[in-house]
Amino acid sequence: MSPISQIGEIFPVLVQGLNTTILILITSAFFSFLVAFIAGFGRLSKNIILRKCTGFFVEIFRGTSLIIQLFWFFYALPILFGIDLGSEFWACVIAISMNYGAYMSETVRGSILSVSHGQTEAAIALNMSRFQRMKIVILPQAIRMMLPEFGNYLIQMLKATSLISLVGLADIVYKGQLYTNTNLSATPTVYLLILVFYFMIALPLIGLTKWAEKQSSKGVASQ
Amino acid sequence: MAEPVVKYKNVTKSFGEVDVLKGINLDIAPAEKIALIGPSGSGKTTIIRLLMTLEEPTSGIIEVNSQNLWQMEKKGKMVRANEKHLRQIRGDIGMVFQHFNLFPHMTILENCMTGPIHVKGQSKEEARKNAIEMLEKVGLGDKVDNFPNQLSGGQKQRVAMARALVMRPKVMLFDEVTSALDPELVGEVLEVIREIAKEGEMAMILVTHEMDFARDVADRIIFLEDGVISEQGTPEEVLGNTKSERLQKFLSRFRS
Repeated sequence: MSPISQIGEIFPVLVQGLNTTILILITSAFFSFLVAFIAGFGRLSKNIILRKCTGFFVEIFRGTSLIIQLFWFFYALPILFGIDLGSEFWACVIAISMNYGAYMSETVRGSILSVSHGQTEAAIALNMSRFQRMKIVILPQAIRMMLPEFGNYLIQMLKATSLISLVGLADIVYKGQLYTNTNLSATPTVYLLILVFYFMIALPLIGLTKWAEKQSSKGVASQ
Repeated sequence: MAEPVVKYKNVTKSFGEVDVLKGINLDIAPAEKIALIGPSGSGKTTIIRLLMTLEEPTSGIIEVNSQNLWQMEKKGKMVRANEKHLRQIRGDIGMVFQHFNLFPHMTILENCMTGPIHVKGQSKEEARKNAIEMLEKVGLGDKVDNFPNQLSGGQKQRVAMARALVMRPKVMLFDEVTSALDPELVGEVLEVIREIAKEGEMAMILVTHEMDFARDVADRIIFLEDGVISEQGTPEEVLGNTKSERLQKFLSRFRS
């Protein structure tokens, strides 16, 4: 079979997995942002217990590998504690969100801290409450600083979704590997096409990151 | 003399081992204009930062309108003021900073509207009207939709003054507001302060190195040295013919 007709045959197979990859990416991205902000604020809290607990959580998830976390949520939790996360899909989303959320929480924390202290002082001089200072003055500037790094993490997250094939979720990689099992000679073409697929999904994310970098360069008072 | 709007009673402030203020006693009358002068490190800026609640005094009492700023009563005991107590009292205080500290993500107009809207509960229309009026007064009526990074240092500082003025404080603090400016931009900022001072009702404390300006604007000049008030009086008394050798030495640096 010629490579061209191979492509014609493999393409629809991979497209079947596209859904899962993109759905996992979007859901995980949403929840990682959520985790990132909760943990980021937790680490800035005045409450020492809250601060230490979130610090512990962040270091655990940053310090261990995503694939093992995935296996934990998938195999170990149900066996050890009888905790069933409902579906394979959600086990994967939780693992990825926790892992990336932990990394991104450091971005959240760092960005908030790097807004110049003079901004807080000016807000105090206007008699704003602590909450108003954060919402009106600090966060809008901090988020501009977070954007480029968030973009980078999003691209990394896309590539990390390929790990879910290892626990049997039918994403692009899973579909491709299934195909090579019965068509060994097509292996190079399959992996080439998988690369192209990932790159095509990554392109808009790369564009988004570039845009974010532009945004972040304006409207921030950093130290 | 009318009841002082601000009172410092034996206020001290230490940063670690360093005693920056060593017992400040100071009454400020309503509408009084005070210039704080003194060598760097003498504690001038710290005095006004304590009043703005940016630093907490180590000991002593600061009163605003006869209310204790840094302490409040709780179950019959005086305890450290919480955020709510500070907010109740510091609404009467406003401040302009050496480095402007404008909000870079807002336009000039928004910078001057955010306080009145979110803190004083003014409607958007009212806040906009007042902000535009104030910006025109400081000579920036044509810049309302610009962002801070599009302005010169002198313009930024004038915006910062408008932003503080729309809050209608009873006491306005100026922290070396011309020190970060290029020399040719100092005049326009001082001119605006002179205008504000002429209008009257607001008390002003100016930390400054501009001696001629202090002589013009101030009712009273306070010379601070090593954390204590070592000389004070009318501009003539302090700048004219002081007997203090150290003050003379300090002043001689400004005469060239």
